[in-house]
Amino acid sequence: MTTPVSSAKKKFRLLDLLESPIEWTIRICGWSSIIAIFAIFFFTFKEAAPMVPQLDWVHFFTSPRWIPNPAGDNPPSFGALALLVGTFTTTFISLAIAVPVGLGAAVYISEFAQGKVKETLKVVIELLAAIPSIVWGFIGLMVLGPIIQWIFSATAGSTWGRIMVTLHLAGAETGAAQGTNLLTGGIILALMSVPVIVSLSEDALRAVPDSFREAALALGANPWETVTRVLFPAARNGLLAACMLGMGRAVGETMAVLLATGHNNRIPTVLTDPVRTMTATIAAEMGETVQGSQHYRVLFILGIVLFVITCSINVASDLIVKGVKKANNAR
Amino acid sequence: MHDNIAIPAAAASFVANPFAPSEFERRKARRAIRNKWIMFAFCALLVVPLLAILAYIFIKAAPVLSLHYLWDNPVNKGKGGGLWAPLVGTFYLVIGSLIFVAPIGILAAIYLNEYAREGWLNRTISIAVTSLAGVPSIVHGLFGLGAFVLVMIPAINHLFADPDSKWQAGLLTASLTIAVMNLPVIITSAREALGGVPQSFREACWNLGASRWQTIRTIVLPNSLSGILTGVILVVSRAAGETAPILFTGATFFKFVADSGWDKLFPYNPGEPFMAMSMHLNIISNQISQMPEVMKYGSAAVLIALILFVNSFAITLRVWLRSRKRW
Repeated sequence: MTTPVSSAKKKFRLLDLLESPIEWTIRICGWSSIIAIFAIFFFTFKEAAPMVPQLDWVHFFTSPRWIPNPAGDNPPSFGALALLVGTFTTTFISLAIAVPVGLGAAVYISEFAQGKVKETLKVVIELLAAIPSIVWGFIGLMVLGPIIQWIFSATAGSTWGRIMVTLHLAGAETGAAQGTNLLTGGIILALMSVPVIVSLSEDALRAVPDSFREAALALGANPWETVTRVLFPAARNGLLAACMLGMGRAVGETMAVLLATGHNNRIPTVLTDPVRTMTATIAAEMGETVQGSQHYRVLFILGIVLFVITCSINVASDLIVKGVKKANNAR
Repeated sequence: MHDNIAIPAAAASFVANPFAPSEFERRKARRAIRNKWIMFAFCALLVVPLLAILAYIFIKAAPVLSLHYLWDNPVNKGKGGGLWAPLVGTFYLVIGSLIFVAPIGILAAIYLNEYAREGWLNRTISIAVTSLAGVPSIVHGLFGLGAFVLVMIPAINHLFADPDSKWQAGLLTASLTIAVMNLPVIITSAREALGGVPQSFREACWNLGASRWQTIRTIVLPNSLSGILTGVILVVSRAAGETAPILFTGATFFKFVADSGWDKLFPYNPGEPFMAMSMHLNIISNQISQMPEVMKYGSAAVLIALILFVNSFAITLRVWLRSRKRW
């Protein structure tokens, strides 16, 4: 039929002729993530820049008075302390729940579960990660909030309620004044960061060579001892990085905390106080500001603060993981 | 026959088994088993409440869920009618962001996996991808506002200079914002898929005289295409669910959508505000007073069902691919 020569000619395609421009396109696309990071920083900073020298930075970080649109002729007050505290308290509560649960679930999935159970759990964790943040916020607002409020108001007045008030777990009068509060937001954020922690910790545990497990078995360690004495130390950095990325997700989460934390600008004193986070403030107020006003620019400054916090968390966890790889190679 | 070599059974009772676990060892074994169950309980703690909550939402939403609910437009600020306008908006948002992010992300993954050598540039790119993945969604929203709405849209208006139909923040700006947000997701998953192609395949192709690009086009891409596709599907579900990035970059709560005809299928211009499912759920769940509860649960249920459907499709595809992998 066809001679080898003609078939070779047929194989000559336009896409091969364009090799050099295609390679350059690929190269430029390869740099796209660097470009994107710089663009994000540049354009957020560009909007915030005129306000940077004007802003009273000490006031910004130490005052809880966030009054961007005061009545009358009073000057606006941009004190973001309560917002920072709100962000970090919700993050702290979410980590207090998500780290033990996430690590435990990761250990179970990677070391104990087998076959169908393992596959099912992995799929469910993946679906947990896929649920959008607005749906989590909705769950916090409509489902979890009323449950929390019911639990706390049921105990109000009883001995148990008084103990909780003394321990700053519940408000003095009603238990929980509203269902959307610090605790609800923390639980919702925990559910959102658990999938991150589980999947990354599982990767870290799987990266521990099997020879470690066999050595532990040979020394007579039972499975639990293998986990706590051998696997945890060996996968330490990977687990730490997993928890840090979970924290990054909790700090940067917006819609869930907007709906589930109660959105009240004050420093919380008890576990069931409504709080307000930096992300929720931007989301709630940006739509109402006049473009170019001080308030508008301060919201961009809040965005930059968030950007810097989450970027440092991510880069730090990346360096930790890289450090592990280097150490493993050296071993 | 065996009777001849009968083992003296009684002997065992005289000599204590030297291998019997001590009390300490037995306690340790019990603790190990208990801890295993505690960890299983942690898993159950994640799975069971989630399923219960999802079931609760679907039960609460059941009275409105019907095909009409999907096909009708919302009326009276979402208090009645269906979800057609936000659904179709989400559809175009997903398509729009995929048009931008899929080619760039896949090419970036090809660069990282096939071209880049170990070195500072590769490392910088990896760190940039990780940081980009960690940027809060609301900061992406601010970026979209600063870059696309305030710089790109005026530039478009300036260049085309059509005073009658000025472009505004809309589908285009929101798609671009979502695209930037999903860039690290698609790079990571596509890179994983490319990395799954054995090095020997490439070497065989190079030995036949193929250039680098020919190898990628004829060997690497066809063998990893399905893995890349899985990543793209995951991006679809993420793009459909995000709210914060589109809050200021074009999504709106109400936009008139025709009830019939072609305009119902293609209701939005790229330069006009649009409705989206996530935005719709955000507004009706806490900003409209006297919103019937069933409408809130209804739109939440539809959004959840949409995301879970897309994700289970991706998971099924991945399982199927793994089962027919030939190397």
